[in-house]
Amino acid sequence: MDNRVVNVVIAGLGGQGVLLASDILAEAALRAGYEVKKSEVHGMSQRGGFVASDVRFGRAEVFSPMVPEGEADFVVVLAEDQVDAARPFLRPGGQLLTPDWIDGKALSNRRTLNVAMLGALSVSLDFAEAAWREALTKRVPGKYRDVNDKAFAAGREAGLRRRD
Amino acid sequence: MSVDRQLLSGNEAVALAALHCGIALGTGYPGTPSTEILEVFSELGGRAQWAPNEKVAVEVALGAAYAKARALATMKHVGLNVASDPFFTAAYTGISGALIVVSADDPGMASSQNEQDNRWYAAAAGVPMLEPSDSQEAYDFFAEAVRISERWRLPVLFRMTTRVCNSKTLVHPSMPVLPAPGTAFERDIPGRVMIPAYARAAHRRLREKLTQITEWNETSALNRRIAGEKALGLIASGIAYMHAREAAPRASVLKLGLTYPLPMRSIRSFVESVERCVVIEEGDPYLAEAIRAEGLAVESKPPMYRFGELTVGRVRRILARDEAPEPAPPRGKPPSLCPTCPYRPVFQALKDLDCIVAGDIGCYTLGVLPPFEAMDTCVCMGASLGVGLGLRHALPPQEARRVVSVIGDSTFVHSGISGLVEMVYNPPTTGHVVLILDNGTTAMTGRQEHPATGRALDHEPTGKLVIEDLARALGVEQVDVTDPALNPDGFRTLLQDRLASGKTSVVIARRPCLLAAGAIKTYERAAAEKCKEDAE
Repeated sequence: MDNRVVNVVIAGLGGQGVLLASDILAEAALRAGYEVKKSEVHGMSQRGGFVASDVRFGRAEVFSPMVPEGEADFVVVLAEDQVDAARPFLRPGGQLLTPDWIDGKALSNRRTLNVAMLGALSVSLDFAEAAWREALTKRVPGKYRDVNDKAFAAGREAGLRRRD
Repeated sequence: MSVDRQLLSGNEAVALAALHCGIALGTGYPGTPSTEILEVFSELGGRAQWAPNEKVAVEVALGAAYAKARALATMKHVGLNVASDPFFTAAYTGISGALIVVSADDPGMASSQNEQDNRWYAAAAGVPMLEPSDSQEAYDFFAEAVRISERWRLPVLFRMTTRVCNSKTLVHPSMPVLPAPGTAFERDIPGRVMIPAYARAAHRRLREKLTQITEWNETSALNRRIAGEKALGLIASGIAYMHAREAAPRASVLKLGLTYPLPMRSIRSFVESVERCVVIEEGDPYLAEAIRAEGLAVESKPPMYRFGELTVGRVRRILARDEAPEPAPPRGKPPSLCPTCPYRPVFQALKDLDCIVAGDIGCYTLGVLPPFEAMDTCVCMGASLGVGLGLRHALPPQEARRVVSVIGDSTFVHSGISGLVEMVYNPPTTGHVVLILDNGTTAMTGRQEHPATGRALDHEPTGKLVIEDLARALGVEQVDVTDPALNPDGFRTLLQDRLASGKTSVVIARRPCLLAAGAIKTYERAAAEKCKEDAE
């Protein structure tokens, strides 16, 4: 990728693991050698409401931690009923990743949808596999690692199918 | 990838800096977006504790700093209102160690009842203020704040905002650990006892220190100039600096880090070096007004940009002098009471009994939303008691009997206790009912402990405030404890009866927060086992 900053918004409902997903993505970007910032708002939004987290990375310095309105290259949505709410973040020509990308049967635990969606997103990013692996290791507790690895792989497969 | 770069939130960076700076004691009250600072400081091995409220936190930190320790007090912006009394006079007395007061402001009100701009507090109290723009600066500036505090023996206001507290950015934690000084008490009666005769001299000392800091700030590395075009110059601090750099990458920029007292000579020289100078700041026109008062021609943002957070897009519009109405930001599902919240029957009862509800701050404030809409006022921490009593005093008796004060356990301990004293001392003729929702945690901010849980910040057992015992000891006429989820009808009947009784009444509705219940059981089991081990 060039010097441009890549903007990702991950959105969903409180409790779906939006913040964990953006933590993993930011960590992977860091390990892939990018400058990275991520931003979200804690608090009231945790009570089952809409949550969005911004991740920005690039080869050059990233200034604002917030994705400018309508400039997201990727919007990843974890909740079907929040897709319309999240769509305005997307830039024209940007990519919207929605939860219907992931076949429910492919996940042994629906709570890993957040990591599966990262797998789907990973197809469009140039991070080395090791970057994702290290990021998952750093952010996912050991006992949940296996189920999340499987979710990531299932999501990546779904992403590859979409691309083909 | 080098391992010394960490992705840290501003809050985590402050906690790490506090550890590296030898902060001997961190204290505060949970409040979004400041809460994680003390939690992380504790996890890292620092000594951290929750105070009942921010005033007590600042006083405890002040005492530690009188004893030459380095102390930290953390709070959200409205917390500094509660702590403002010691904060102002601490500037007069000064300290012997270091005292850093973190104020985490919430422009845009992601999780607050107002968007007050606490930079005014620095100017009002005469306390030096630092404003970091990202996590690296949160880390670096914190050490600088400790140095300033020790050099001038003054408290320092460390002003953060939601996006600086919660955003994760890269940090090189390169700071050498500052060796902590030994503690000692040195008697200094004229310096520390603020009777008028001593306070008059203390005020003069404070102004003299501020004059020195102003001079020092003129050449301080906390402020930086970024070379750029002569056509446009921007003055910014905090997160606004980041938005400004992105919105106008070619502009000349004066980035201010120490924003009270301001380095006006540097500012003047910058303003004179550019053709158009715009102050980019979130919230109030604090910088713009101060700079204009010096007779310098700077542009401020149009008034519409005073509301809410700044973004890159909004800064672009400010620079374009665009005052057209802005598109509404994307809005998804609003927050709500948890679907299985055990306090839902409470709000149903308040609605069914057509109560006038003086509410308070916490997740139960969400009882204001449909389907309950069972809250009529919410002002600040603890206000449910005073406001409920005032309503009772002023309304005709048949209306007054509908008034209930509703407050959570942590909020009650924070600042509800003096309201209860008021109820006993000046009881309304119709009596009053205070409903304390005791879910055993500070739920809204992420389930922190408080004095009535009997566990300290690290969840270890400590002394416990028993709310019903306190209410009885204060002289409340009727005190009841009930579980609203176990027996919703019984709760409703009890509330109805107490409303009709004409007496002063406290009803404690006790049921652990569902999100906290599992952890609470774990802590209690651990404590019981420890007890057993100690006995053996």
